[in-house]
Amino acid sequence: MGSVGDVTPQRLLFDQPLPLRSGASIGDYELMVETYGELNRDRSNAVLVCHALNASHHVAGTYAGVDKSEGWWDNLVGPGKPLDTDKFFVIGVNNLGSCFGSTGPMHINPATGRVYGADFPVVTVHDWVDAQARVLDRFGIQQLAAVLGGSLGGMQALDWSLRYPQRMRHCVAVATAPNLSAQNIAFNEVARRAIITDPEFHDGFFYEHGVVPRRGLRVARMIGHITYLSDDVMEQKFGRQMRSAELGYSTHDIEFQIESYLRYQGDKFSEYFDANTYLLITRALDYFDPARAHGGDLSRTFASALCKFLVVSFTTDWRFSPARSREIVKALLDNRRDVSYAEIDAPHGHDAFLLDDPRYHGVLKAYFERIAAEFNGGQA
Amino acid sequence: MSDRAVMQMIADLVPAGSRVLDLGCGTGELLAHLQATKGCTGYGVELDDSNVLACAQRGVNVIQLNLEEGLAIFEDQSFDVVLQLETLQNLRNTEAMLRETARVGRMGIVSFPNFAHWPNRLQVLTGRMPVTRVLPYQWYDTPNIRVGTYADFEVLARKCGLRVLDSFGVQAGRAVRTLPNLRASMAVFKFDRQ
Repeated sequence: MGSVGDVTPQRLLFDQPLPLRSGASIGDYELMVETYGELNRDRSNAVLVCHALNASHHVAGTYAGVDKSEGWWDNLVGPGKPLDTDKFFVIGVNNLGSCFGSTGPMHINPATGRVYGADFPVVTVHDWVDAQARVLDRFGIQQLAAVLGGSLGGMQALDWSLRYPQRMRHCVAVATAPNLSAQNIAFNEVARRAIITDPEFHDGFFYEHGVVPRRGLRVARMIGHITYLSDDVMEQKFGRQMRSAELGYSTHDIEFQIESYLRYQGDKFSEYFDANTYLLITRALDYFDPARAHGGDLSRTFASALCKFLVVSFTTDWRFSPARSREIVKALLDNRRDVSYAEIDAPHGHDAFLLDDPRYHGVLKAYFERIAAEFNGGQA
Repeated sequence: MSDRAVMQMIADLVPAGSRVLDLGCGTGELLAHLQATKGCTGYGVELDDSNVLACAQRGVNVIQLNLEEGLAIFEDQSFDVVLQLETLQNLRNTEAMLRETARVGRMGIVSFPNFAHWPNRLQVLTGRMPVTRVLPYQWYDTPNIRVGTYADFEVLARKCGLRVLDSFGVQAGRAVRTLPNLRASMAVFKFDRQ
């Protein structure tokens, strides 16, 4: 198993305005894209990989001369890996509103000549999927072999199957849900309030003040991180380990290792992530609810899907629990769609979808090999 | 005894073109066979990780579920045939499972080891629990937590309001229709709801 090696992102410009779900539209936007592998002659081997909250178009490979620059799903995507770039043409797209080069709140709003900031339009999963479809148009790809995503990326994969049922043959939805539960929205709201109430947020126009609402971002990341891990794995990793043998009797200083870990994660995150992006992306998560247009009936919602599905969940993932994945599976069963469902008994909580558990990767590898067999037959 | 012969015997009970649910589908071999030879569609249900993987490799739809938690994910009468082959004896709530099978499928086909096969009876007569090819486990570490007989199943089927459409024993890869409770190590029942 190898790496796709050094990769170079492309910047795609779109001058046709993209109508958004909110009624607004965004014109003259740019999307950062990376691709790996070769598009075959009949353009039938393309797989779109959708990213979650803090990831990007940089799915796999490294940037030349940059240490630790592996893509966020490098353990899954590459030559000989479960999503094998010797067989598939893999596309990663950085979503609108994100902070990794695609048009986002930190860029200039052509309408005002001022940085978008809080004026950046609210984007939904639906809008991202529409934008991704335009990327495919650009590559001349009519139909994808598969759309793959985990967590919020899984929501995009599901939305793809409803929005563009003719344009994909398989949907691989990992550690995701048909919508967020109240508890999940609650966590997002705490994170957003942490950012918005940071005095350095300046109502979303902090760029003009030359500051970053770091405190808010840190707290947002800390709470997020707690929810991505299982109780067990946190106990196993940190337990009640102390920084030093003696109690410091301080309420401010780090005493427990878990505090140190969370602060480190928060600090790291606040250095690269954009506060407005965090608000936008968590809101996209909250809003995602394809059944809403069908009176909450998920079975009726999936009546329009045509592709085959692989749904994967992790037993200790309490943020996107197996029960939520089973709802998706049930809706697909009700519609007699081809679906397989793997419930991986992994200890790592929601984070498991980014790790390389052999059972998880084994199922994905087997599934993608079957997909490859379909188009290899047609290609020869 | 040939497993392939038994598989073919079971496959012969499934009408062509059926929508099939195979509870405890193992590696998905039977489902793949039914899809390839009889134009069937459907899903397997498995709990075991390696079997789920084998199904994915075979290209058979598989749903990873614990059957002990019931079949709530499947709607009433949503399958033409529900198969439950050599699985029933591993489940705690045999009766509930059987009722669920009949709820989800228009027709059910079950197979299980027949505890009343004569060699088993002899072993019990000597005072020991049977250890045979079909029941190869010691009593203290067997996954077969519900051992019943061909005759017992007829009683349970009646209790659950099931109509037996066909039934026979299987011994050495051949159907046994005379005295199956005595002469067969495995029992097969095909039934529907009255």
